[in-house]
Amino acid sequence: MPIIDLANPTRFLNLVSRAMPWLIATTIVLFAIGLFRAMNAPDDYQQGATVKIMFLHVPAAWLGMLGWAVMAIAALGTLVWRHPLADVAGKAAAPIGAAFTFICLVTGSLWGRPTWGTYGVWDARLTSMLVLLLLYLGVLALYWTAEEPGRGARTAAILSLVGAVNLPIIKFSVDWWNTLHQPASVFRIDGSTIDPSILMPLLIMALAFTLLFVTLHLAVMRNEILRRRVRSMRLLQAQEAHA
Amino acid sequence: MNLGPHADFIVAAYGVTAFVMAALIGWVILDYSAQRRILGSLEESGLARRSQRKS
Repeated sequence: MPIIDLANPTRFLNLVSRAMPWLIATTIVLFAIGLFRAMNAPDDYQQGATVKIMFLHVPAAWLGMLGWAVMAIAALGTLVWRHPLADVAGKAAAPIGAAFTFICLVTGSLWGRPTWGTYGVWDARLTSMLVLLLLYLGVLALYWTAEEPGRGARTAAILSLVGAVNLPIIKFSVDWWNTLHQPASVFRIDGSTIDPSILMPLLIMALAFTLLFVTLHLAVMRNEILRRRVRSMRLLQAQEAHA
Repeated sequence: MNLGPHADFIVAAYGVTAFVMAALIGWVILDYSAQRRILGSLEESGLARRSQRKS
């Protein structure tokens, strides 16, 4: 099937219906393996058992940023090609990305207290991540308060593109500024600095969370398509009532 | 499994994550069933989407 066919909402819904059971099953299996490996991972020589928070915090941070990246790409589809499915994809990514960003901030805070001695500081990494959450809340407010979906979509798409500037700031904040947050330790040019006994559970958990993100994104897109069908049918109903 | 002296922080982190994910999944499921129910009632009332009418 040509990929352009997925841009048809009905074909997209059919594909989602077929893929959803497999995605759910794979996600559950990956979480079972990931959580088992995470719970049995050795303690860190400095942080002790609190390193287990990393298995939640790091994937949540990645997916919080991925959510905004999806929104920025979808924004191009909305503004350049004006395709309604692009708007649906952007709108669906917002609450999921916001949830992961919130989890990242809360788990980071809970990890920071025993390891840094504080729940949080106004350093570049933590602040830029908080800005990401505020941007998510802003774009959600735009979507949820727009009376007409098309108008809300264009404004949200512009905010999504502008907000994408924050993504490299988050990523490189630990290199550009002196931060309490540690520099990158998983994806580095000279290889990961994490011991494989901790790195493997982290990567499995990251994969499980990523599949959960994909599954939820497709499910929320499906809901949004149905919501728009309801809206258009109600408009038709109102027109017929006035005719 | 010994979570050490900071067990409260670890349990709280996993608890918050589970709660947020459960809330998100619950919202998706409830929203899906609500939209399906509304669509079903609209179709039962004899309404059809514009694209279906053309065909």
